[in-house]
Amino acid sequence: MAAAVRTAVLAASKGIYAQWAPVLRRPFCVSASLQHQITSNQGDAARADGVFKVTMIPGDGVGPELMTAVKEVFKAGDVPVEFEEFHLSEVQNMASDEKLEEVLSSMKKNRVALKGKIYTPMEYKGELASFEMRLRRKLDLFANVVHVNSLPGYKTRHNNLDLVIIREQTEGEYSSLEHESVTGVIECLKIITREKSRRIAKFAFDYATKKSRSKVTAVHKANIMKLGDGLFLQSCQEVAQLYPKIKYETMIIDNCCMQLVQNPYQFDVLVMPNLYGNIIDNLAAGLVGGAGVVPGESYSAEYAVFETGARHPFAQAVGRNIANPTAMLLSSANMLRHLNLEYHSSLISEAVRRVIKSGKVRTRDMGGYCTTSDLVKSVIDNLHPLHQR
Amino acid sequence: MSGYAWRSTVSRALSVFKSQTTVTRNYGSVIKTITLIPGDGIGPEISSAVMKIFDAAKVPVHWEERNVTAIKGPGGKWMIPPEAKESMDKSKIGLKGPLKTPIAAGHPSMNLLLRKTFDLYANVRPCVSIEGYKTAYSDVDLVTIRENTEGEYSGIEHVIVDGVVQSIKLITEDASRRIAEFAFEYARSNQRSTVTAVHKANIMRMSDGLFLKKCREVAENYKDIKFTEMYLDTVCLNMVQEPTQFDVLVMPNLYGDILSDLCAGLIGGLGVTPSGNIGANGVAIFESVHGTAPDIAGKDLANPTALLLSAVMMLRHMGLHEQSRKIQTACYDTIQDKKVVTKDLGGNAKCSEFTDEICRRVRDL
Amino acid sequence: MSPSSSMLMMSKLLKPVFLQSRVVNLAQVLGVPFSSQHGKTVFTSQIIPPPARYGGRHTVTMIPGDGIGPELLLNVRELFRFSCVPVDFEVVNVNSSLTEEDDINNAITAIRRNGVALKGNIETNHTMPPSHKSRNNLLRTSLDLYANVIHCRSMPGLQTRHKDIDIIIIRENTEGEYSSLEHESVPGVVESLKIITKSNSLRIAEYAFKLAREQGRKKVTAVHKANIMKLGDGLFLQCCKEVAAGYPDITFENMIVDNTTMQLVSRPNQFDVMVMPNLYGNVVSNVCAGLVGGPGLVPGANYGRDYAVFETATRNTGKSIASKNIANPTAMLLASCMMLDHLRLHDYATLIRNAIFRTMNETRMHTPDVGGLATTSEVVQSIVKLIQENSLHRQTVV
Repeated sequence: MAAAVRTAVLAASKGIYAQWAPVLRRPFCVSASLQHQITSNQGDAARADGVFKVTMIPGDGVGPELMTAVKEVFKAGDVPVEFEEFHLSEVQNMASDEKLEEVLSSMKKNRVALKGKIYTPMEYKGELASFEMRLRRKLDLFANVVHVNSLPGYKTRHNNLDLVIIREQTEGEYSSLEHESVTGVIECLKIITREKSRRIAKFAFDYATKKSRSKVTAVHKANIMKLGDGLFLQSCQEVAQLYPKIKYETMIIDNCCMQLVQNPYQFDVLVMPNLYGNIIDNLAAGLVGGAGVVPGESYSAEYAVFETGARHPFAQAVGRNIANPTAMLLSSANMLRHLNLEYHSSLISEAVRRVIKSGKVRTRDMGGYCTTSDLVKSVIDNLHPLHQR
Repeated sequence: MSGYAWRSTVSRALSVFKSQTTVTRNYGSVIKTITLIPGDGIGPEISSAVMKIFDAAKVPVHWEERNVTAIKGPGGKWMIPPEAKESMDKSKIGLKGPLKTPIAAGHPSMNLLLRKTFDLYANVRPCVSIEGYKTAYSDVDLVTIRENTEGEYSGIEHVIVDGVVQSIKLITEDASRRIAEFAFEYARSNQRSTVTAVHKANIMRMSDGLFLKKCREVAENYKDIKFTEMYLDTVCLNMVQEPTQFDVLVMPNLYGDILSDLCAGLIGGLGVTPSGNIGANGVAIFESVHGTAPDIAGKDLANPTALLLSAVMMLRHMGLHEQSRKIQTACYDTIQDKKVVTKDLGGNAKCSEFTDEICRRVRDL
Repeated sequence: MSPSSSMLMMSKLLKPVFLQSRVVNLAQVLGVPFSSQHGKTVFTSQIIPPPARYGGRHTVTMIPGDGIGPELLLNVRELFRFSCVPVDFEVVNVNSSLTEEDDINNAITAIRRNGVALKGNIETNHTMPPSHKSRNNLLRTSLDLYANVIHCRSMPGLQTRHKDIDIIIIRENTEGEYSSLEHESVPGVVESLKIITKSNSLRIAEYAFKLAREQGRKKVTAVHKANIMKLGDGLFLQCCKEVAAGYPDITFENMIVDNTTMQLVSRPNQFDVMVMPNLYGNVVSNVCAGLVGGPGLVPGANYGRDYAVFETATRNTGKSIASKNIANPTAMLLASCMMLDHLRLHDYATLIRNAIFRTMNETRMHTPDVGGLATTSEVVQSIVKLIQENSLHRQTVV
């Protein structure tokens, strides 16, 4: 099998790159030439035994259950991936700086992760930034991609949807800069920088180019936040000039939300700052069937983290075997594609799609009566449908 | 009434609009005064339509039409014309058509100015599915209540260094409490059962945290109303999947802006969504929130539904429940009937025909 | 064209080259001061967006070009896929038969956004009017890819007249005779302008010495014709001397171009690193490629401050052997390895490169151009097999 070859050879590099420089955020305007002069922290991921190592952060709520589902399917599909599991959770008192460091060093080695939602308790204790955000910032996972794609066979209010939401997720409203200026008055700072705006804009256009998409829409509120969102918009406009073949449009966030529920078909790729992205991600996920069916992924220059599109811990479902593993399975398939494991990737995503399409096995959130394990079993049965019949 | 006569009404309205005189209609009983701001574009047409329907329903009101164009007051501060302000201060109730937002006119948008002048702190938008006007969602029946004076729209922004902008979102205890109290008060007086606070306190732990805290405190005083809290993203997710689960939603400025438009989208857009702004000192301005549609202005094609439903809201606010029910029923029936409706509602009727149909039904009720 | 107008064009050329005003605009809005990686070459204040690299995967522009280009690049993609190289290609086709420059501008924009390209040669049709510029040249000048680097090394598995050749040729890539400034001053008399500038000469000399030092080389030879072109080539030589003064550890020599070619074919082993203006570079690189076995073997790279484009050293389309499955894939595959090195994916580069060398030198799977009988696909298959063995071997060791 081709997989044998992918046993990537690169074990030798393991030792060499054991020492990692602190996460090097690539400056925005680094010369692409003579790159060998830049401190190199880019080794190739060490993959012993011909197996891809992937960091796994199950997170809270149903995360661990979803991860079990993924592991089962991977095992059945003979996927050459080995997980390094880290339990990081603020609610279960399993979050600490050491724990975070462990995750980070694992990420630096593996560079790819599969992750559940780390729940952020609302009652903060001094630290304004949650672990979820700190992890994101440490890894500089600036781009979040949610590909909202209707699943054939699963009818919702809007069918045949196909749009991509790209969200900046390191600045904006999520800056964790808040203070009480006078008693009873709290100021929360929203930071927009040109550097990061350009970076996300370029990411969006690069994504559109790679996936042969034709239009990018920047979502903003520049009519009110003239400077902040204005800067974001200007950056998008500048980057758009490098992509003459891709149409560029802008839309105000409130109108965008309204359009999404009325006529979502007009959209292709959407790019936006942090908070709006949070809103639109969830909104669009809702359009095609909810948090359980839409996969998502986050990128930095170095790292890729695969997760669900709408990030919810879904704590009320813990232990009840009712969580929908579809999103996480599709996300894991995307991860395999990212690792160049094309064959296994389509093996799993096809199986999931087949199960959904047949309509027989569906979890409760999709209007069925099946359990998580029923769905997982059905997916496993569908991995090799030809062999069975 | 024929189309011709209707037009004369418009022209009368317009002439009044210019001359700033007051049209007085005596109905004999207790007459309340309403300040009418017809607005721009299709504003005058739809305002006339509303006036006509009010006539038909024999609503005991008296309109005072006022023009609002920003003028520069002493000290170079932009303000609304004193006549309009006086009228509003007296009547406490206003109905407003769409106003065009001037681009680069040097003065802030009129909506903002009105909001500031009368301290309109709460924006209320009931979103109710209209039978007969099909969208992907049915049985939507919820109200969004948005804090309108602070939050992300504080307008405080600065460039820290080139390429780095900081915008300040302001949340205050007083404003949060005020909006929460209004929400619960509204729920109680409108027979609503649940109030949901929409927030993002997991990320903005202090600011949204404060908002949430105030909501919780106020909820203690309204034991008859169920209080729930929900993350903004979760609301969005659930809203597009199952909007029927929501009742009254209360939230800070930006979220309200987004969610209120989103909910309008669920029931068919801004053309059918009413809106009301509640201010301090008992002032309330009801408005249609759609654009001025300059392309169809004066062509008798505009859809007056949003303004009419806003006017219905206004009547309810004034305690004129009988007339408000009548007009609302007539309006919904007309749309449900689908025979005489404007183009955007899927028909072929002109604005005047649509208005006449509603008037007819009002009279028949 | 009158001389005065040509002078005008020249001055235009001497400015930092940006053909589209649109791009210039962009440069202005993006313009925050930029300090160059290598100090001396602060040239324009244009800011380049970060290359398309996300989650450790790179996007690279691929321009298949004409002739054997498409098939060679197909081999590269196949091999990359097989070796799990984290590189995605954005394929941009350039139709060489069109007179409009839209295609090539698209390609240039694509390189601007990705930072790196792998390309086949685009045919320059000589029947086109003189105003029709070579697409390859346009690409190099637009992106300011000033240094063409070619490494000619003898392959032990090949029968050639000279053994153990190991020469690095560094060629100025943007000016000189390739300025595309030609006019007929009076009927029957054509003037072709050769431009040599101090800044560009210093830049290429600096690059050559720097590279020589980095690679532990001992000697740099400047190739010129300053005995005839006293001012132009004189300036070039002067610049090289100036730079050489800063590198006392490296021997500096100069040699006249005609002598150079003679020496190359008689005693090639005397050369180490060579630096020269554009046209001589063209000649010398082809001579050297011939010495080590032909155009199918030697890769070439074009570096600018911000971008890098990789291709075969001799830049020919190989139209006559196109789609016959006999083209030698070595040069393009090695170019792709250079590209991987540039992207700092050194392990992948080494893996593929070793497999290529072993196929050439141990398996001795040769295409007809180097005296073998194998087809292109057979060679590629052999490389694939070696990569596979290599990995399996490593696996058992681990």
